[in-house]
Amino acid sequence: MRRLALSDEILLSVQQPARYIGGEVNMCVKDPKDVAIRFAMCFPDVYEIGMSHLGIQILYDMFNRREDTYCERVYSPWTDLDKVMREQQIPLFALESQEPIKDFDFLGITLQYEMCYTNILQILDLSQIPLHSRDRGEEFPIVIGGGPCAYNPEPLAEFFDLFYIGEGETVYDQLLDSYIENKKKGGSRQEFLEAAAEIPGIYVPSFYDVTYNSDGTIQGFKPNNTHAKDKVTKELVVDMDSAPYIENPLVPFQKVTQDRVVLEIQRGCIRGCRFCQAGNVYRPLREHSLEYLKRHAVQLLDSTGHEEISLSSLSSSDYTHLPELVDFLIDYCSSRQINISLPSLRIDAFSLDVMSKVQDVKKSSLTFAPEAGSQRLRDVINKGLTEDVILQGAKEAFQGGWNRVKLYFMLGLPTEQKEDMEGIALLSEKIAEVYYDTVPKEQRHGKVQIVARSSFFVPKPFTPFQWARMCTRDEFLERAYIVKNKFREMKNFKSLKYNWHEADVTVLEGVLARGDRKVGAVIEAAYQNGALFDSWSEYFNNCLWMKAFEDCHIDPDFYTVRERSLDEIFPWDFIDAGVSKEFLKREWLLAWNEQATPNCRQKCSGCGARSFGGGVCYENKN
Amino acid sequence: MKIRIKFSKQGYMKFVGHLDIMRYFQKAMRRSNINIRYSEGFSPHQIMSFAAPLGVGITSNGEYLDIEVTDSPQTASSKAMTDRLNQAMVEEIRILSCRRLPDSSKNAMSIVCAADYTLDFSPGSQPEDLDDFFSRLKEFYGRDQILITKKTKKGQRELDLKPLIYRLERQNHSVFMQVSTGSTDNIKPEMVMEAFYQAQQLEYPKFAFRVQREEVYGQDEAGNRIPLEELGENIE
Repeated sequence: MRRLALSDEILLSVQQPARYIGGEVNMCVKDPKDVAIRFAMCFPDVYEIGMSHLGIQILYDMFNRREDTYCERVYSPWTDLDKVMREQQIPLFALESQEPIKDFDFLGITLQYEMCYTNILQILDLSQIPLHSRDRGEEFPIVIGGGPCAYNPEPLAEFFDLFYIGEGETVYDQLLDSYIENKKKGGSRQEFLEAAAEIPGIYVPSFYDVTYNSDGTIQGFKPNNTHAKDKVTKELVVDMDSAPYIENPLVPFQKVTQDRVVLEIQRGCIRGCRFCQAGNVYRPLREHSLEYLKRHAVQLLDSTGHEEISLSSLSSSDYTHLPELVDFLIDYCSSRQINISLPSLRIDAFSLDVMSKVQDVKKSSLTFAPEAGSQRLRDVINKGLTEDVILQGAKEAFQGGWNRVKLYFMLGLPTEQKEDMEGIALLSEKIAEVYYDTVPKEQRHGKVQIVARSSFFVPKPFTPFQWARMCTRDEFLERAYIVKNKFREMKNFKSLKYNWHEADVTVLEGVLARGDRKVGAVIEAAYQNGALFDSWSEYFNNCLWMKAFEDCHIDPDFYTVRERSLDEIFPWDFIDAGVSKEFLKREWLLAWNEQATPNCRQKCSGCGARSFGGGVCYENKN
Repeated sequence: MKIRIKFSKQGYMKFVGHLDIMRYFQKAMRRSNINIRYSEGFSPHQIMSFAAPLGVGITSNGEYLDIEVTDSPQTASSKAMTDRLNQAMVEEIRILSCRRLPDSSKNAMSIVCAADYTLDFSPGSQPEDLDDFFSRLKEFYGRDQILITKKTKKGQRELDLKPLIYRLERQNHSVFMQVSTGSTDNIKPEMVMEAFYQAQQLEYPKFAFRVQREEVYGQDEAGNRIPLEELGENIE
């Protein structure tokens, strides 16, 4: 019988004890004594969120195929258990073996969004591992970070021993082999870090020194160790079908956010939206073959017993074999009562036809992401979605029986004017009018419901908007009120709803996204002040952060509202993410000229990603 | 064809709540490719019902669910079906039996009338004088009335536990009880122990017992309590 790290008394006094017991279907079981490497894979958020993440599942499966490695999982204990563990000094443990993380060889932490940074410190703290890399002796695990936020790892530089830049499937084997080799010859922690620093994609922050100009910007960024490379190039899977995918995904007992099979159909995106980090750093677009996806869809459904399968990609409509794949899935799933969910589809005749086949039209709503309220601003951000296309899609959807529409926008985009903001209300109104013009009175099921939601724009590294000035909290809210007031003037006001994201947390996200090493102290201070689960609005407390900025003498405005010159050295400039800084600059200037850039399949824009030697850059060119 | 499945739930699985166990079995049916029947209508769901929800923290050797299947090789014999399902189970849930019910039989939930429990002292909770403890328990059970106040949605009501406790006795170092279970008078073992401690003017120690359900009973046509699995027959 498996022994649990926590007593019955503790487990029965916290919410959802199943978060902490492991033992799920398809969990990997190994005897820790039989392996050379114990790897704890962490998603620094609560179990239900962490278990929904595809990347971790891929790496979990991949690591555990190695006989010499046992990969286990760990998530953030919820606040109730956090308190108990601190009081009773219970070390944080892995779900599989229920043994303390501090005895592992590696602690790998995925960095999916900025607002989980204080949770990283919670994980280290509860594990009883020193927060700072420099304070960790030989006995502590190597702490490694990866994932999208590793494209600017600098705010976290002090807390991590290593960062893995890029897609995880490629050099982890090399890293683990090198760890074993170092261990065998009795090498030290430092010696392993030096060996790791020579592996492509691996960044050892302590091997670099940063110098600053008097205005606080970066003057230089140089290796201080001969093993460290000047530039760290992101890792990327060139041939998607050859990369390992999950055979038997874990099936949680609890209902998690993503309670379904997730099938990644492609990686990257051809669209080149200028605000989108994923669309830039995952370039070039690489597709899976149809045969591969069919085989895996069946395998994943059979091994989990899930009642739903969802296709994952940044823009599913761009997948070359989408019609064939959908036909196959409909055929396989309908006889087995399995639902198919198709997010990130462009709304057109094809997708409406597919959705009406796989979804309950009456219950589901349609989603458009125009991102900006006017055509002018959509050109600025290079969102190639025109008003005509939206209205045509809405018309066909209303004819097909839908009467609920969701619209996603951003506020605070570069060059944004009052007319662009008001455009959000005007576009929503036009869609409502399409409904009343299209659907005869007797066929209507009540009013049409249009919900427009705006988030506030955060400039991200490795996007053309990395130079952009971000709005202040008050500017964001002002803009939201302008939109809200415009909605009031609309004829179909009662069919329209408008809401917006929190502004405080957005500002903070902006600081962390483009932060430098100095920001690390603020994260630590905020954590010591009690900040935790910042991505959960019920726990986010802006005062804790503001006090941290004050105590560390760091001005958040430096990272957000400051204008950046084109020749400024950014904290993340030592990373080669595939898209060149020259390309990003070109795009930034085109944005100001309100000029759109064609997508990768229309015309190559020379972003730099072609150098990886695969994907859409070589389509039809053999 | 109606099938009654008996299973055990042990170890760490006691922390998985009833709703999650239902989801667990729905997925397990798919993994083991059992030809379970689906309800008609707009959002079809598996025809599956559980006899009596088990509280979080309680282990069991006698849990039941009923399903309906269409005839297929997977369900051709009790043994084949049990083996097949066990392959899809986690370590701490074991399928103990799969039996065919007469088509006319009512589902388990509607006929549940009683359940057996054993309560072991948690480590460190055992009283020094065990004989004294059990003789007090015997005296307690011998009373004509065992009145408790039960909190309900509408407020509080007084309830006499005595006629709802069918057995209460010592079993080696443990307490054994058989109590009324089901939709009308659902007695939890903790309620009985709480009443006992109260009668001794003692505060009930919340984690003193490890509770295990041993069996769940239904009523047959003659009104007798019989283990639910005995209402079905083995498929050879």
